[in-house]
Amino acid sequence: MKHLGKILILLTVAVMLLAGCGGGEEEVAAPEVFRVAVVMPSAINDLAFSQSMYDALSAIQAERGADKFEFVYSESMFVVDDAAAAIRDYASQGYNLIIAHGSQYGSSLQEIAPEFPETSFAWGTTVDTFGLDNVFAYEARAEEGGYVMGVMAAMLSESGIVGVVGPIETGDAKLYVDGFTAGVTATKGEAQVNANWIGSFSDVALASEAAQTHIGAGADILTGTAQMVVGAIGVAEENGVLWFGTQSSQTSLAPSIVVANQVYRWEVVLKEMISLIEGQTYGGQSFLITLENGGLEVEFNSAYALPDEVKTAAQAAIDGIVDGSIDPLP
Amino acid sequence: MIGNLFTEAVLVGILASGIRLATPYLYAAIGETFSQRSGVLNLGVEGQMLIGAFAAFFVSFTTGSLWLGLLAAIISGLLMGLAMAFVSINLQAEQGISGIGFYLFGLGLSDLLFQKMLGTVETVSGFRPIYIPYLSDIPIIGDIFFNQNILVYGAYLLVVAAWFVLNKTTIGLKIKAVGESPEAADSLGVSVARVRYFTVILGGGLSGLAGASLSIALLNVFQQNMTSGLGFIAVALVYFGGWRPFAVMGGALLFSMVNSLQLWVQVLNIPIPSDFAVMMPYVLTIIALVITVQRVRPPSALTKPFERGH
Repeated sequence: MKHLGKILILLTVAVMLLAGCGGGEEEVAAPEVFRVAVVMPSAINDLAFSQSMYDALSAIQAERGADKFEFVYSESMFVVDDAAAAIRDYASQGYNLIIAHGSQYGSSLQEIAPEFPETSFAWGTTVDTFGLDNVFAYEARAEEGGYVMGVMAAMLSESGIVGVVGPIETGDAKLYVDGFTAGVTATKGEAQVNANWIGSFSDVALASEAAQTHIGAGADILTGTAQMVVGAIGVAEENGVLWFGTQSSQTSLAPSIVVANQVYRWEVVLKEMISLIEGQTYGGQSFLITLENGGLEVEFNSAYALPDEVKTAAQAAIDGIVDGSIDPLP
Repeated sequence: MIGNLFTEAVLVGILASGIRLATPYLYAAIGETFSQRSGVLNLGVEGQMLIGAFAAFFVSFTTGSLWLGLLAAIISGLLMGLAMAFVSINLQAEQGISGIGFYLFGLGLSDLLFQKMLGTVETVSGFRPIYIPYLSDIPIIGDIFFNQNILVYGAYLLVVAAWFVLNKTTIGLKIKAVGESPEAADSLGVSVARVRYFTVILGGGLSGLAGASLSIALLNVFQQNMTSGLGFIAVALVYFGGWRPFAVMGGALLFSMVNSLQLWVQVLNIPIPSDFAVMMPYVLTIIALVITVQRVRPPSALTKPFERGH
């Protein structure tokens, strides 16, 4: 009897469900939702590399509407194996675009992407698509903004010594520092740029001590790249030394000393990728964010009183890079 | 170029920054010395530091009181130590494995709390360097030793205190007895479990302080995984120092001084590749470890759970 009761209930439910589906005529096709998954090495609020991607995806979502554009993320994936597992999981869940935001994820992507030919993958920062037609690559021409910052740094420095705190001498960190150095020397030939590579993206304590070292060596302007620089910014603020940020805006951390930031706007290239994917092209191209295409933006801190002639020189450097008359990596 | 290293400003810079950098290592490594001396290997130091760093930062940030933050760091470290003690003493877990478990727990929890409760990188105004009349005014010496914040001084006082407790007090004797021969200590009426609970909980509290020394005294920010392997180096420094507080301090200072030296080497544009400079402290530590480790013997009961009648 018990079983019979259960079967009856099930039947009733089934009938009700079918009845519910009966009115199919007035149902419109669900709006096509574009779904993106992203794997990032640090936190979405690191004020640096990962945050730049999170902010870009949020901007696209705000533009297209949350019902047409969804994105999910796995952050703090500093273990590459974990990241690879996450990439594979997302791929099997049928996301339209899976972004591996970190050059360390390249070899995992190279292995996974061919198994999911209908899914589009993107990774950066690099220009290498592995020759796969479902992999996009993206890179930031970080030296462009770096050059502009360097021009300003050279003009603002009184001691003529500028300090750089970098993680590892590679990728967009190297591009940024090289561009920055070129900007300083082009503006003030006798100025000295001291670069310090601390060998880590996460060692906040060493980044802070590197900043102390620069100040001890006479630097009155500092800059740096990657998420561990928050340690250096604190030291700069304590000592009243100016700071130039890159990747994301770092103004909120020390509004009194941040002069300007080079902000990455990945949405510029993500939008191109998305429209290609919607047209059934799943990869095979590489993209750059530059000052020219608006993917890089030099954002001035309005709370810092930047002298007019410095701002004019910065704008001239931006224009020169955009029209090609200035080479930020001479 | 190398000659640039030997100017007064540079040498003062290297020494002062070495003394600062050694601070978190000292708290964590002295705590670890206590727990290893009693026979418990605590590999969860890094996780305890992260929890302590977050607790200190969050409480200071929300209440505006650095002292409350410090207290929160100590309490959260003590609690982590209590959990570690329970797992290794009562449950007799494999200490190497459970320690890694506590590390991952601390890493994950501190990150989760950071994301949910703060949401972004913020700053606090941390402990400032303290001016000590006369001492701070001494040329060179004053700049190096007496222009630091209270947690830096505390770390060095702790070394003296730890030496005193381990070598001059009954509790120190009990700790060493329990770590060398728990059976003998037990037969003389010393509670092995109680002594080990004491040292492991103390170690947790000190690791919490180590975290606080980063987040509210030296760096004044909290970021996920901000200890960045520091807790594991602290464990290595305990071996390096042969389980003796002053030798542990020597190791911490050597490691930190070489680290600040390599920062100066790069800043002075001395032509050594940065990858090589960054390796220097680790290479030197390994060499020193190889030389020293043959002379000292670890506590006999290290990593061995104690059970009566075995």
